[in-house]
Amino acid sequence: MSAPKASTVEINGFPCRVWTKGTGPKLGFLAGLGGLPRWLPFLDKLAETRTVIVPSLPGYPGATGHTELDTHLDWVLAVRQLIDKAGLAGADLIGASVGGAFAAEMAAIFPGHVRKLVLIAPFGLFDAQEPATDPWAQRKDNVAGLMCANGEMWNALVAVPEGANSIEWPIEMGRASEAAARAFWPLGNTHLEKRLGLIAAPTLILWGERDAVLPPSYAKKFAAGINGSTRVETVAGAGHLAYLDQPDAVARAVLAHFS
Amino acid sequence: MKLMWFHLMPYTELPDDFNQKHPSVWVDIHSSLFDPRRAHHMYNDFMDELEYAAEVGFDAVCVNEHHSNGYGLMPSPNLIASSLARRTTDTALCVMGNSLALYNPPTRVAEEFAMIDCISGGRLIAGFPVGSPMDTCYAYGQNPSMLRERYYEAHDLVKKAWTEKETFAFSGRFNQQRYVNIWPRPIQNDPHPPIWIPGGGSIETWRWCAEMDYVYCYLSYYGYKAGLTTMQGFWNEMAKLGKDRNPYRAGFLQFVGVAESRQQALDLYSEPAEYFYGRCLHVDARFALPPGYTTEATQRAGIEGMMTKAANLANPATKASLKATNMKDIVDGGYVIIGSPDEVVEQIRHVATSLNVGHLMLLLQYGNMSKDTTKYNTRMFAEQVMPRVKDLFDDWEDKWWPKPLAKGQRAAVPAFRPQLAAAE
Repeated sequence: MSAPKASTVEINGFPCRVWTKGTGPKLGFLAGLGGLPRWLPFLDKLAETRTVIVPSLPGYPGATGHTELDTHLDWVLAVRQLIDKAGLAGADLIGASVGGAFAAEMAAIFPGHVRKLVLIAPFGLFDAQEPATDPWAQRKDNVAGLMCANGEMWNALVAVPEGANSIEWPIEMGRASEAAARAFWPLGNTHLEKRLGLIAAPTLILWGERDAVLPPSYAKKFAAGINGSTRVETVAGAGHLAYLDQPDAVARAVLAHFS
Repeated sequence: MKLMWFHLMPYTELPDDFNQKHPSVWVDIHSSLFDPRRAHHMYNDFMDELEYAAEVGFDAVCVNEHHSNGYGLMPSPNLIASSLARRTTDTALCVMGNSLALYNPPTRVAEEFAMIDCISGGRLIAGFPVGSPMDTCYAYGQNPSMLRERYYEAHDLVKKAWTEKETFAFSGRFNQQRYVNIWPRPIQNDPHPPIWIPGGGSIETWRWCAEMDYVYCYLSYYGYKAGLTTMQGFWNEMAKLGKDRNPYRAGFLQFVGVAESRQQALDLYSEPAEYFYGRCLHVDARFALPPGYTTEATQRAGIEGMMTKAANLANPATKASLKATNMKDIVDGGYVIIGSPDEVVEQIRHVATSLNVGHLMLLLQYGNMSKDTTKYNTRMFAEQVMPRVKDLFDDWEDKWWPKPLAKGQRAAVPAFRPQLAAAE
């Protein structure tokens, strides 16, 4: 894997990292729980035929500024600025997990900003009959298995890289978790169902068949709520962060949808 | 020094196999374990004990706030304090305290504390904890990433509500009120009731207490040996900020069991202590650290080892390194001070002077200790320990103690007529 090009944009006066790699039409990726402490095989796959642009949400690895965001409107406007400043307005957009909820908001509230949409197990809904798991009340040794079907994929994502600052690295990982919690505590429910009907972009919904955070049945609720043409695909052998468990299969499905 | 009698109000009948069958005493403790008919007696016993402590001469009685908690049956300590306001006369009422971010609007705290201060004739100590992760983020669903900001803003609002003479509008980040004008107002209005801050070991809290001139209280369940580093850190920080070493700047919690002899104390207090450190502190680790609850500065200090993880030690859910649940280790660790009156006097003097703490909050009831044993422990302490430690810190002025109305100005509370009490 060669390194992506890194640049920085400012949102509300705070730096947010933007990674870029590849050639071809642009697509954007908003990551899920944990963010992107490192570049991924999944993104490399996409970069073979597309210009992959990956902005970090405020508070995620490579970015700060989550502490200024108090309301859902604050978050939505921060993400909108991030999309604009990363040069993603009007491009295809992928959002996963917490990033998926924001990708859905972009397509709903700023329809001109998203050409085609992929949602990978997005946050935003809660069903008391089928409650989502609380990702923020877990014993340490349960987290990897909760995030991925193969916990080693999560461990590899968050492992301290050689040469990293051993004090700042765990703080950065904790900050990513705090940023997600700040936006979605306590249930992950932003009442997104009220806005799904505004989404006109053709949408692919991907869900890991072994998602231990959000029940795969939530895919149907998204499909039923979204106004544009919508397709649901289950990803075999994948957990909540399907792009870590099955990078090739998820990349193939994404590229097929965007083509 | 001040000797204060603290009650946690633990549920006293958790089953013997509680730890094996239940993951946590806090947050998701099962409702089937709670028998309201038994709780009727527990509450009445606990309130008898608090009243008894006032009667035998403790300087204050203390209550605190917990939610969904098997060792703390006071979601509203204010209810207990208002009853104590009527059944005690000169004892300070220390509500330790109200978790400000949990009240919407926070002026509710300003109002209820003002009521307690008025009813009691100005005997309130107003405690303002941030609140534990279990209480605030899990049981009450507060966002851990905003909890401290909400807490500080609520504090500003409550203080202004107490001190501002005119109706005012409050336009905060989290709270907006057009008309803030609380009725009643506290008796202690010069400028407001004493404010005490229970906290872990974060430098930010110490600095804030110094800046605001509040009492800092370290309320750990792990006693003076574990608390020494934290209190040394506190005093070092005070020195850096140019504050004096007035021991009344600080409060500290300590479990004690006193009897005729050390052996008798072991016989009496081993079971309740083991019940407390075993069952009551059986908190599921998944509720320990909601993301954002601990500030990055404190995390950094913890990782760097400068703080000896004091903040974590105060939190029962992160007690990994402190797991003593048998009486020998509990006593050796200093969690509970036990002994004959002579032995306890010696240890209390050591605790107070080594930690330099003028406000000692004593837990003389813990775990499933019965009312009789609690009253015995309380009386032994009042009669045989208190007079021999009271002289400590006489040279210092306690500027953070309630200033009640003069006795002649206070209402006469008619004698209680027990025949009107709930029928047995």
